[in-house]
Amino acid sequence: MAPRRRGGGSSPWRCLPAVLALLLLFLPRAFAAGDPFADLASTNIDTVARGIRELAVSGSPRAKPVMAALEAGKLVAWRWPRPDAPLFIRTSNGYVDARTGAPVADPPMPVNLRPVILNDTVRAAIETAAGVLDLFSPQAARRRAAAEALLQAADPGALPTIQRALAQEKNAGVARVLREARAAAELKSTTAGIPDRLAAIKVLAAREDLSSRNLLASLQGEPPAVAAATTAAIAQIDRQLQMWQLVEDIYYGISLGAVLLLAATGLAITFGVMGVINMAHGEMVMIGAYTTFVVQQAIAAAAPALNEYGLLFSVPAAFLVAGALGVVIERTLIRFLYGRPLETLLATWGLSLVLQQAVRSIFGATNQDVSSPAWMSGFVKLGGLTLTVNRLWIILFALLVLAALMAVLRWGGLGRSIRAVTQNRRMAAAMGIRTPWIDAMTFGLGSGIAGMAGVALSQIDNVSPNLGQSYIIDSFIVVVVGGVGNLWGTLFGAMILGVVDKFVEPFAGAVLGKIIVLVLLILFIQRRPRGLFPLKGRAVEA
Amino acid sequence: MREPVITLTCVLGGAALLAVLNLAVPETGALHVSSFVIGLTGKYLCYAILALAVDLVWGYAGILTLGHAAFFALGGYAMGMYLMREIGARGVYANPLLPDFMVFLGWKHLPWYWFGFDHIGVALIAAMVVPAILAGVFGWLTFRSRVSGVYLSIITQALTYALMLAFFRNEMGFGGNNGMTDFKDIAGFPIGRDGTTVGLMLVTAVVLAAAYLLSRALVHSRYGKVLIAARDTESRTRFLGYRPEHYKLVVWVISAVLAGIGGALYVPQVGIINPSEFAPANSIEAVIWVAVGGRGTLSGAILGAVLVNLGKTWLTGALPEVWLFALGGLFIVVTLFLPRGLIGLAARRRRRDAPTPAAVAAAREVTG
Repeated sequence: MAPRRRGGGSSPWRCLPAVLALLLLFLPRAFAAGDPFADLASTNIDTVARGIRELAVSGSPRAKPVMAALEAGKLVAWRWPRPDAPLFIRTSNGYVDARTGAPVADPPMPVNLRPVILNDTVRAAIETAAGVLDLFSPQAARRRAAAEALLQAADPGALPTIQRALAQEKNAGVARVLREARAAAELKSTTAGIPDRLAAIKVLAAREDLSSRNLLASLQGEPPAVAAATTAAIAQIDRQLQMWQLVEDIYYGISLGAVLLLAATGLAITFGVMGVINMAHGEMVMIGAYTTFVVQQAIAAAAPALNEYGLLFSVPAAFLVAGALGVVIERTLIRFLYGRPLETLLATWGLSLVLQQAVRSIFGATNQDVSSPAWMSGFVKLGGLTLTVNRLWIILFALLVLAALMAVLRWGGLGRSIRAVTQNRRMAAAMGIRTPWIDAMTFGLGSGIAGMAGVALSQIDNVSPNLGQSYIIDSFIVVVVGGVGNLWGTLFGAMILGVVDKFVEPFAGAVLGKIIVLVLLILFIQRRPRGLFPLKGRAVEA
Repeated sequence: MREPVITLTCVLGGAALLAVLNLAVPETGALHVSSFVIGLTGKYLCYAILALAVDLVWGYAGILTLGHAAFFALGGYAMGMYLMREIGARGVYANPLLPDFMVFLGWKHLPWYWFGFDHIGVALIAAMVVPAILAGVFGWLTFRSRVSGVYLSIITQALTYALMLAFFRNEMGFGGNNGMTDFKDIAGFPIGRDGTTVGLMLVTAVVLAAAYLLSRALVHSRYGKVLIAARDTESRTRFLGYRPEHYKLVVWVISAVLAGIGGALYVPQVGIINPSEFAPANSIEAVIWVAVGGRGTLSGAILGAVLVNLGKTWLTGALPEVWLFALGGLFIVVTLFLPRGLIGLAARRRRRDAPTPAAVAAAREVTG
């Protein structure tokens, strides 16, 4: 329906032509003057997005607060077009001028204001712009992250910015990522020629990761030469990725192996050296994890400043708690059952039920929350690998524990006595070693190590009364595979089991993988009934 | 000959008495036994069959099995398959051929290993043959390479653990995580009806009595003597010219078959079978039944199974927190103070001068 013309004198329609004329006069000047703030005040989405880009590239110190305000919906413009395109940031007690950051002396009426458009297009522009802003940050790490973001975005519009950043970049690593980002942007632009594209593909292919592969795979309708280069580049990346995948599988295998090693090292002492089959070993691990929890709670209550280093206190605490419990168990239970392994198995199984139920009664059946300190969280990037820091610590810790134990057994006074009693109990007794005391200490040592394993496991697993159950069978398998009474065997057993587990898992699934490992174990015991590294001896039967 | 007479009287007489008190006494009568108790008794008797099986290998062959629940559960699954087929078109999806869980998983055909399970005979044979085959292969491999003692215990545990994981998988075609349940009837008798419950309990009691007599004949035969010799000193028996691995294999397979039968009788009485029956903890519980009653005495196995499970039923109902303490304590107390169980305690009181096994073990440790 067409608007009806009126002849009335005071109708507002009367002044419409005048307003339009005024707009025509000022708008082009205001919006085309290269003032990004004016662009932001526009009601056209694309103009706003352009304004954001320009603001970011301009290097203006106001860019950051303005974008933050825009994202929070606090950037407001004049509701009606004005040549000076005022732009304000709403604060808790008034308005500040977006251009200068100065408080507005004469506050505008809220009716006259509207928030700057904020939709997905604008948000995407802000995101890219945030990256661009960081491109000029003084910190290399932030510049690098910004360049990575630009690479992901592959936005041809960012090309001039990337060029500018590249021109002034001193850091070789950041410059390489910038060149890759430029290549990505060029590939997506319609104006780049075939030689440029081929060069860009080369740059991206050298990057060899999933994001460059996805970018290359997303290219369509390219000239034959470019398409061929793309296919070749993708194949090259795939080969590389497969290799990294292999390395990653091995790493995860070793990481799992380290966990198994931790759980099995204590068992290698109690079962391997003493021949005591301790089904409550898993519960010692569980008690170590609960000790970690209690220590953490105590530190949080008494000395919050030490929160970050709670684990350093938990390790000796868990060793002492689990070790002391081990000594008590040996004195009250195990020592009556020496030479009767099957009875020992049953009694310690009963003990494990009692310990589980005791912990459940004290702490409740739910998982306890053990927090990780900052220095144990996060990732480390190594080539195409992303390694979690806590796993790295656990690998290190497992090896340290094993090394310390070996040192104690080899050079320590207790270790010497332990070896003497293991090799020839009666001769050791004749030499004045108190064998019952050594038995208790040995069992305490093995239990204490299990407790320390619990500290590590509390960082990667749920701290619940059932924690130990999930590791007991695997631990025994490790000791059996490695060969009883041989710590090197335990190390190899754990690593082999971890790696085999991780390699079988991808194509068989977690559950079937476990079954295959167990079947392999049963077959393995067929061939090597005394483990990989059996102790040589003349005994017919144990 | 007093022991078998007492045992058979207790098992058969007790079962018959309960059946009469359930069927003949009106529900209001003071002596009436509810169907719940009858079902519970049937369950205990199944456990007693399993305990008998464990005692055969542990008490007489020295093989501490921590995986006998695997054979029990396999027998149970064989029976469960029959009961599932028996449901027929009465299932939720009303598929005359496929059990509900297969329809739910979108399967179109019955897997080949489910054929024939619409006959109870096939299921009963499978409940014996499948555990026998598994035990035969497993035992042949392990006994031949002279795996014994604790190692053997741990791989039996690994065996049942592996089976549990396998049966959790839907792809296996045994109902996955949920297992099989909602059974309607067995051989035409509706499950859950009083008469059926009593009948199943009586059948179980008879099977238990037969299993007891068979086991007794076995361990008192010439074969049994060699088996006990191999248990006590395997190498000496071997040097005398016997092949201990063959003797062990035979009793191992017989024991697995017994456990399978127990499982097959168990499933219609409890109305469900799922992979948790394979849990290693179940196998170890079966060992403690035998230890409580008296390892190496067949009647002790039956007694232990019934007593421990009575205690379990009572404690898990009355004081659930205490049950694991009690079970754990039972393991410790029995191994430390009752090496021959309750039956052994009674026997020792009769012959005070005879050396106790603990003393024998201590003597062996000193000399060996």
